[in-house]
Amino acid sequence: MSIVVNNLTKKFGAQRAVDNISFEVKTGEILGFLGPNGAGKTTTMKILTCYMAPSDGDAKVNDLSILEYQDEIKKKIGYLPENNPLYYDMPVLDYLKFVADLQGVQKDKIQNRIAEMVHVCGLNVEKHKKIGELSKGYRQRVGLAQAMIHDPEILILDEPTTGLDPNQIVEIRKLIKEIGKHKTVILSTHILPEVEATCDRILIINKGKIVADGTSDMLRKRARGEEMVRIQIKDFGNKDVVVTELKGLDSVAVVDFVKESNDSFFVTSKENQNSRKDIFKLCVQKNWVLTEMTPIETKLEDIFRELTTN
Amino acid sequence: MHAIWVISKREFSSFFDSLVSYIFIVVFLGIGGFFTWLFGSDIFLIGQATLQPFFSIAYFTLFFFIPALTMRMLAEEKRIGTIELLLTKAVSDWQVILGKFIACLILISVALALTLPYYITVWALGPIDHGAVWCGYFGMILMSMAYIAVGLFASSITNNQIVSFLLALFIGVFFLIIFDVLSGSSTGTIGQVLNFLSMSNHFDSISRGVIDSRDLIYFFSITFLGLMLAETSLSKRNIVE
Repeated sequence: MSIVVNNLTKKFGAQRAVDNISFEVKTGEILGFLGPNGAGKTTTMKILTCYMAPSDGDAKVNDLSILEYQDEIKKKIGYLPENNPLYYDMPVLDYLKFVADLQGVQKDKIQNRIAEMVHVCGLNVEKHKKIGELSKGYRQRVGLAQAMIHDPEILILDEPTTGLDPNQIVEIRKLIKEIGKHKTVILSTHILPEVEATCDRILIINKGKIVADGTSDMLRKRARGEEMVRIQIKDFGNKDVVVTELKGLDSVAVVDFVKESNDSFFVTSKENQNSRKDIFKLCVQKNWVLTEMTPIETKLEDIFRELTTN
Repeated sequence: MHAIWVISKREFSSFFDSLVSYIFIVVFLGIGGFFTWLFGSDIFLIGQATLQPFFSIAYFTLFFFIPALTMRMLAEEKRIGTIELLLTKAVSDWQVILGKFIACLILISVALALTLPYYITVWALGPIDHGAVWCGYFGMILMSMAYIAVGLFASSITNNQIVSFLLALFIGVFFLIIFDVLSGSSTGTIGQVLNFLSMSNHFDSISRGVIDSRDLIYFFSITFLGLMLAETSLSKRNIVE
């Protein structure tokens, strides 16, 4: 089930929380929604889940507009809001039954769905407790279970792994990946490794505008431009000679020293060229011992910082 | 309709999961029973087989208790954010409001039903005007509907339960006393309007056994207006500038 967002805008007074954004999510795609705090992630999600109306623009869920077909759309979406609000005075099973009832799950299927959710989300041990008595991680699982109870075709998760311990984070990510094979998932987060680990595509949003859209590889390529390697050479005479020789290579653009190291260098290739072969040949020719050659990957963190801080 | 019922059921059982319902019922029956049977202008003082003393005291206790029931309804959901979860399910704002309204009304009906032994006892004591008694109960329900609607509206505009409680009392006190007092000191059309707005006139005539369409219109109008304002206030998140 696809989501198409067209020129969506949401104003709060003079502030534009979401500013004319457009994007598309295809069936079976896991979209990571990334951005600093207050970038407009949550607002976009609230609009997509029909919680609030946009000031301008439209979004279509499976060709149904969120401005008109709210009831139909709400049935197809599972939503885990930020901070995971739940009724603390209700026992887990009662709560899941309540949500299944509300979402119009058929009466004879409710028990099956609850059993399945309890199993999938690992709630079996805690299922008879009141939600208020659960630890944060288990509450998060209840939040996920209620979002998926009616087997929605679209899952929208606002920071699904906040407050979980590392084991639980890995489990939840695995779960999301599993779900994402058949369903459309949008998840927001500001934990960058999470996006890399789970998402097919990343959307970075800043001050209400989309600043990047693509797979993590595409974003890297875009940010890096030229290839960069870190090399370490032993048994050479003069450092400056090495730098001069390296700079003399056709494919090399820039050579820098590595701080706090006497034998390491950063070598940046010219655009669309690869210098690794040339560096190796040069070392062989000069009888230098090449002990390290590491391609420097631009971290997603750097891309994120670059795109969202100005 | 199904969604309204699901929400009502949850709210109703949450009354019983917490102590709210038990305290409400015990105190309501306690105060009602005390002033009906033991103290003040009770049945034995009047010397008539009538439930009028009970209705007069319930008229005041419900005025205080209903805001205490409704104050939580929307304010708490807004404070902890569950309203977002609720409204992104396949339910409309109206269904949420009506579900909560019905849950409160059922709890009050249960409390009133538990006073039926008073009725049976009085009946055993002497000749009772059955019509007046049933009309009295009917009037109680109508009055409760109006106060619940006002309470839900108060709860919908804030996320602080205390503010919601006080606001509901503040609005309620106009219908309870202020319009009545003002109508006494006003003349002409204004006096008539204020007199019509005072709840006691309408309630008294119903509890005497006279069901007039004007009284029904009065209670249903307040109920409808309260619910509509609550719905408007809840859906103002959708307002597009």
